[in-house]
Amino acid sequence: MISLSSAQPDALGRFGLFGGKYVPETLMPALEELEAAYGRFRQDGAAQAQLQGLLRDYVGRPSPLYFAERLTAHYRRPDGQGPLIYLKREDLNHTGAHKINNALGQVLLARHMGKGRIIAETGAGQHGVATATVCARFGLECVVYMGVHDMERQALNVFRMRLLGAQVQPVAAGTGTLKDATSEAIRDWVTNVEHTHYILGSVAGPHPYPMMVRDFQAVIGKETRQQCLDLWGGLPDLLLACVGGGSNAMGLFHEFMGEPGVTLIGVEAAGQGLGTDKHAATLTLGKLGVLHGAMSYLLQDEYGQVLEAHSISAGLDYPGVGPEHSFLKDSGRAQYASVTDQEALAAFQRLSRLEGIIPALETAHAIAYLETLAPQLPGNPRLVINCSGRGDKDVQTVVKALGDLGSPT
Amino acid sequence: MNKVSDCFRVLRLNGRCALIPFITAGDPDLETTALALKTLADQGADLIELGVPYSDPLADGPVIQAASTRALGRGVTLEGVLEMVEEATPSLKPPLVLFTYYNPILSWGVENFLGRAAQAGVSGLVVPDLPLEEAAPLLQAAQAQGLEVVLLVAPTSSPARIQAIAEQSQGFIYLVSVVGVTGMRTELEQRVPGLIAQIRQVNQKPVAVGFGISSPPQAAQVKAWGADAVVVGSAFVKRLGSGDPAAGLQAIGEFCQSLRQALD
Repeated sequence: MISLSSAQPDALGRFGLFGGKYVPETLMPALEELEAAYGRFRQDGAAQAQLQGLLRDYVGRPSPLYFAERLTAHYRRPDGQGPLIYLKREDLNHTGAHKINNALGQVLLARHMGKGRIIAETGAGQHGVATATVCARFGLECVVYMGVHDMERQALNVFRMRLLGAQVQPVAAGTGTLKDATSEAIRDWVTNVEHTHYILGSVAGPHPYPMMVRDFQAVIGKETRQQCLDLWGGLPDLLLACVGGGSNAMGLFHEFMGEPGVTLIGVEAAGQGLGTDKHAATLTLGKLGVLHGAMSYLLQDEYGQVLEAHSISAGLDYPGVGPEHSFLKDSGRAQYASVTDQEALAAFQRLSRLEGIIPALETAHAIAYLETLAPQLPGNPRLVINCSGRGDKDVQTVVKALGDLGSPT
Repeated sequence: MNKVSDCFRVLRLNGRCALIPFITAGDPDLETTALALKTLADQGADLIELGVPYSDPLADGPVIQAASTRALGRGVTLEGVLEMVEEATPSLKPPLVLFTYYNPILSWGVENFLGRAAQAGVSGLVVPDLPLEEAAPLLQAAQAQGLEVVLLVAPTSSPARIQAIAEQSQGFIYLVSVVGVTGMRTELEQRVPGLIAQIRQVNQKPVAVGFGISSPPQAAQVKAWGADAVVVGSAFVKRLGSGDPAAGLQAIGEFCQSLRQALD
């Protein structure tokens, strides 16, 4: 069992061994400023009221907790055992994913800090779209860094960002994916730190980002607790979420960290398989390392060079992971599993056909893990899955992977 | 043995502003890097900063990023760089300062890496993604090996940070002269002279100014502002990396000489 206090990083921004601030000196004063400003923002009643109001009226919160009746029936065994599956519908948020919770919180914070220019990195484009959206809402300049490979596979989101008035800056370095976009965003921040706020999109990066992004996403878990109480008067038994950097998982988990009866499971991308070099299973196969300002598990070669990750899902295609997840893995408080591209594609179709919900490919990884998990669960435990995003953005990728599907089978 | 500190002691006695060229190891190849170290030493370098190629060089601009990518593409490793250094240092007069990101050190193991680097004849370390708050384990372990870990001050650093960094920095204090990443700039940051003065007020360690300096007039300007040393990186890396190795070596030799003249 873990104490509540260990869910807060120490003064150096560490969750146990993990986290910290491994950044060039130029950024250190900005991180201190951000930490102080965030502390004030949390205590500022008017700012919090504004955030709550916008979460309700602009984002559309609370997002529903939906009982997935046919998915539950699909995994019910002949003897009646099997999990009761609920979906936390973050896909119904404005812009179609959980990312807006954090983008909105950080843009209000940036305004409090008097920074008029916003930068962000994006993989799948969901965080980029969320950031572009809140910048449009508040009339702020917005530059989004995106790998060229991701721009191709998430073309719809590139168009959305541009439509919203953001400048999408292509990053060709490395593999042209999320890792490279993040590095380039950090370089921009190093250069323009005096008038720019960097809205980092996951629970990664240097302190205070892992804590702050988690806190802005924690609304997911808080609502879930209340909704579970309303529905059955108790807590959920298991929580399930996909993990790339890990923000939707932390957002769901955080509220339940001090509830030892709630099992926490994160699902990583195994890409083409854990036995290949094409995966993004950082917690499963990574070693301790430092990337983008934080110490955490990391996919790296024997010389400490960061490896390319691979996943069919652009949002999970990242060789690092948020430091708190590394801490939760080592402490045993959370468990981590992985599913392949193929398994995620199958789950993408399964949820579409059984529930009429087309999930993001990222989310499909969490759904896919039901194939392994559900048969092992005795009785009828209540399982909440973070349905973190909708899949419209992935349709092109899926068409490429599956063909046009022909007639329904 | 503190070769970096000792070197600056002699430089100060002679009233000489030090020239510290930076090159990326393994670009275009390690043989050329070994020759480049000798060329730079012959053409007036007082210390040399050797960059270890890394997959995610957050503090570097396009020129050094590209050089790192090319070197890694040819299979250059930290181990290979240290082997080359071990052969080069016995006949190399300027102390060698290794510029490496933290993850390759961490992956090797801090103690093991430091032992190997000291054995290879490395005198100092610059780790650009290891600010003061994270540097303690490396600072302590390096001292035991006779290696000096140089910390960086930036234009954004507060007076309190400048004082704390200056106290902990070993060998010299590396003043980052721009708010930004490495790379050639046409204009120098006007805050530099004030920052040098600020450091001087709290600490007597030598101050080297780097990031963005790419021409003899700029080097002379930094000297006039009172720096003890001038670091020039991307302008060397660009000359050495473009064209064939022989032409690159000649180009960096001439460039080094022109910088030296500007500083004398």
